[in-house]
Amino acid sequence: MAKKPAIELRTTPHIHAPQDVIMIMRNVVYASLPMAAWAVWQYGLSALMLLLVVVASCMLSERVLNAKQGNTLGDWSAAITGILLFLTLPPGFPLWMGVIAGFSAIGLGKALFGGLGMNVFNPALVGRAFVQAAFPVAITSWTPAFFDGRFTTLIPSTLTAPFMIPPETGEWNMQVAVDAFTGATPLGLQKFDAVSTPVLDLLTGMTAGSAGESAALIILVCGLYLAFRGMLDWRIPVAVMAGTAITAAVFHFIDPVAYPDAMFMLFSGGLMLGAWFMASDMVGSPVTPAGVIIYGLLIGFVTVIIRLFGGLTEGVMYAILLGNAVTPLIDQVTQPRVFGHRKSS
Amino acid sequence: MGIFNLFGAGTFRHGVHPPSHKAATAHQPIRRLPFPDHLVIPLNQHIGKPAKLLVKKGQEVVRGEPLASADGFVSVPIHAPATGRIRDIRLMPSARGEQAMAIILHVYAAATQEVLWRNPVDPGALDPQGMIQAIQDTGMVGLGGAAFPSHVKLSIPEEKSVDTLVVNGCECEPYLSCDHRTMLEHPRELMRGIRYAMQATGVSKAIVGVEENKMDAVKLLREHLHAQSDISVEAVETKYPQGSEKMLIKSLMGREVPAGGIPLDIGVVVNNVGTLAALGKLLPVGEGLTERVVTVTGPGVEKPGNYIIPLGTPIGYVLKQVGYIGGENEFILGGPMMGPSVSDMETPVTKGTSGLLVLNEPEIEQETRRIWPCIKCGRCLNACPMHLNPAYLGLLAAKREYEEMAQTYHLNDCFECGCCSYVCPSNIPLVQHFRIAKAINREQAA
Repeated sequence: MAKKPAIELRTTPHIHAPQDVIMIMRNVVYASLPMAAWAVWQYGLSALMLLLVVVASCMLSERVLNAKQGNTLGDWSAAITGILLFLTLPPGFPLWMGVIAGFSAIGLGKALFGGLGMNVFNPALVGRAFVQAAFPVAITSWTPAFFDGRFTTLIPSTLTAPFMIPPETGEWNMQVAVDAFTGATPLGLQKFDAVSTPVLDLLTGMTAGSAGESAALIILVCGLYLAFRGMLDWRIPVAVMAGTAITAAVFHFIDPVAYPDAMFMLFSGGLMLGAWFMASDMVGSPVTPAGVIIYGLLIGFVTVIIRLFGGLTEGVMYAILLGNAVTPLIDQVTQPRVFGHRKSS
Repeated sequence: MGIFNLFGAGTFRHGVHPPSHKAATAHQPIRRLPFPDHLVIPLNQHIGKPAKLLVKKGQEVVRGEPLASADGFVSVPIHAPATGRIRDIRLMPSARGEQAMAIILHVYAAATQEVLWRNPVDPGALDPQGMIQAIQDTGMVGLGGAAFPSHVKLSIPEEKSVDTLVVNGCECEPYLSCDHRTMLEHPRELMRGIRYAMQATGVSKAIVGVEENKMDAVKLLREHLHAQSDISVEAVETKYPQGSEKMLIKSLMGREVPAGGIPLDIGVVVNNVGTLAALGKLLPVGEGLTERVVTVTGPGVEKPGNYIIPLGTPIGYVLKQVGYIGGENEFILGGPMMGPSVSDMETPVTKGTSGLLVLNEPEIEQETRRIWPCIKCGRCLNACPMHLNPAYLGLLAAKREYEEMAQTYHLNDCFECGCCSYVCPSNIPLVQHFRIAKAINREQAA
């Protein structure tokens, strides 16, 4: 040989499947952008500003709190947390509270546990739970969708000065609402006024709610994109939806007047967003084949129980956080049977 | 068979589908490489005790002559791949990384392909015991890569009973096509080899399992079955690691080798098609194993193909013959999923070398990607053919809880096929973690 070649020595296997963490995370970002765009279309400038502020807060928190691991912004996970967190907040949520939500999502939900892969709970939901406890009024102040002038004017509560109580928006709501807007979400209407919302309205987002919880159809399409690319375990959202539908159907069968039907339960509130984008978060969900099914069914069941019998109108968030909490236990008891062994042990 | 075939080709659960990269070599006939000027012939080309040296430094040998004899039952003889003079006997680099005692044979410039030493037997007249001895005399080992002495594998202990010979024609490793070409070009030798193996083991039934991406081989072998209903050829799903013994038996017969056991425990003996085809060729004429078919391929090779290469040929010589593209290269003996990478160009082709794969810069760059924390995506669980939990094993390895890995998570059932590392989006070198864990557990037990 004329010249000695540069030789690489490596351990097996020498080839690798094309998908890596960055590629998966980037695609989750792509998949969540249409949902964010829809929210901006629905609620205008306020939603856009909230989106930018929450994402910036998450990324800044990640950079500062996870500095020990170097710059981890490149893995996109903080951006995903930001977008998902934004989608769970009311569109007129004061921006300064959005900063706190983002900070607590990354700080309490992720950095505290050791960063990417180490967190027990879904960071976006930890952030949402924090601000739900801290600002119970602001987090349930809804705004009518598609109000006039939404791209030129802000929702009054958006620019609330830091640490100040946001202004009452009830009167403003009445002024801008296209039709009789009561400021109540479909779940609220159902629970307190026994008024049902047509499923078609739920599917297309013609209702009040958090930025991303309306328009179940868009969420479904975005989720299916990830599922088809193999970047989301489709068994989890399917199990969550199955758990929800079965539990809701049983109660509806017992008393059709008091309890809404399965379709309403599936497409109202944050269920679709939670099922497809939060319960399916890889880090907080079980790894075993049987485990993901149990986990999904459990989340669906708990969601319906909270919605029907709890003090809150919405139960998806706590159901998923509960699911995250029992994930290690589920993994423990659902270890697959190893090839050549009689039973799992 | 049975219920599995109702739904198409037989298969096992899990596994991965890496790109095959076989097209570059699978359609070209097997060619022969000339002799290099010297051969490096290790005495431990097989699993078991190294062969016992029969020659001295300076001695002249002819092609086919035994250079070393089997040292006990789990050992095989080594025959001279070429006519020449023994230049030296010393430690040389080997594929496994450690230095191994090897014969350096200076090949005469005028050496021909003619085999000048043989010890013919009449296979028809042999009883099982005699057949086992005749197989050992050929120096045959598993040519699929394991290099386990074939006669040991075909010896059935008295307390065991075996009903089926499974012939492994899967060749599930990407890039490799030497078994495929052997099936296409040497079906008669293969059928003869299957007969010898059946004769040695006393089984009445043989199943040849071939992956679905080689239907031409399936069709051709079926044409050679005649009315012999005791041999059948079955297509199995193209999926890595279909060619692993345990997976193939599951795919063909639905039987599971018990944990810690071997195919014999469930009445099966598995042999590779390349092994049996070589046996069918060598045994009746009484020749030893002196050369083998090797797939030389990869993006770093100018003339990829399947070559008959004399055992002991240094890989540097092989690469010079086929032409390789310079730059940053990785040299792998065998397939990319399980083959070791080597650095020394004097490393020889040995009995267990099924391929020489040269990956160059783009592939290597892909491999140097950053390692991320485990995100518990669970892909490794859905890839592991043994249904282990590589994710948890990996987390335990990071905490050095090696005993827990073995006791609770069945580390020792892992056969290092590499599926988990292949799919891991975080690029965690899981197989390497498991190798280290096993080695430490072994040392602590000792």
